[in-house]
Amino acid sequence: MNISKISGKNSKHKVFVYALSTCVWCKLTKQFLNDNSIQYEFVDVDLADEKDKEKIHETIQNKGGMLSYPTIIVDDNVVINGFRKDKLTEVLEI
Amino acid sequence: MITIEQVRRRAEGDAKTYGYYLTPQPELLQGFLEGLKTNEDRYGYPLCPCRLASGVYDYDRDIICPCDYRDPDVAQYGSCYCRLYVNKEVYESKNLPEVPERRPIEKQQRAYGSQATTATQAMSQEGKQTASTTPSATPQIIKPQSTVKKKLWYCKQCGYVVYREDPPFVCPICKAKKEMFAEIESTVEFKG
Repeated sequence: MNISKISGKNSKHKVFVYALSTCVWCKLTKQFLNDNSIQYEFVDVDLADEKDKEKIHETIQNKGGMLSYPTIIVDDNVVINGFRKDKLTEVLEI
Repeated sequence: MITIEQVRRRAEGDAKTYGYYLTPQPELLQGFLEGLKTNEDRYGYPLCPCRLASGVYDYDRDIICPCDYRDPDVAQYGSCYCRLYVNKEVYESKNLPEVPERRPIEKQQRAYGSQATTATQAMSQEGKQTASTTPSATPQIIKPQSTVKKKLWYCKQCGYVVYREDPPFVCPICKAKKEMFAEIESTVEFKG
């Protein structure tokens, strides 16, 4: 799977973003994390191959997330669906 | 290839026809239009930039922009799922609402390979059988085909007819609700 790693000063939490390369809200989420120097990983699901899409589907559903983008998983247990500044700020303690 | 300007004009025209507005924030609007252009170049149809495509037209039919869910979403929340199309109130207030996904989960799941992959595998098997009888055959790109059962639906209010899996949420011609659509059952008789 083509996972991109973005380094940042704030690596307090493990942050993984499931995004779409065409999605404005996904771009804004990445921008928000960049602006706050959050370290995170992301995958653009629309550019992934079929096998990886199956895995992503399984992972998101196992974590109790919805199949909408962006889906942000923090510390493997907190799921945030959509670009929610308020939730990101709270969970990432920004 | 379609240009951003063509995508913009199409969206503006559609918004005008239906009495909607395009999102009031210029940077967001530009992003939506770019996403639509990318998807149209990629799949051949302007798929919703905020949703995952299966790449199979029949599976993606309901999320081609303007999607099937736009009208009920604008009616309920003042905006479509992406927030590309908004009503007057949202346009003037510039406060974009949160819009939950209305698309049924079973349709969303089609983008993750299980059904599309089955279709592809079935076709690959056929391909292999053909290849064994003709050893010199070169590998072919096999496009997945949908297993969607399409039907003819007509709007009881205006007579609009559409051939697809489900009737639309709202009639694109007269705005009648989904319930006003009925299936046209056809039979073929052979004589002589």
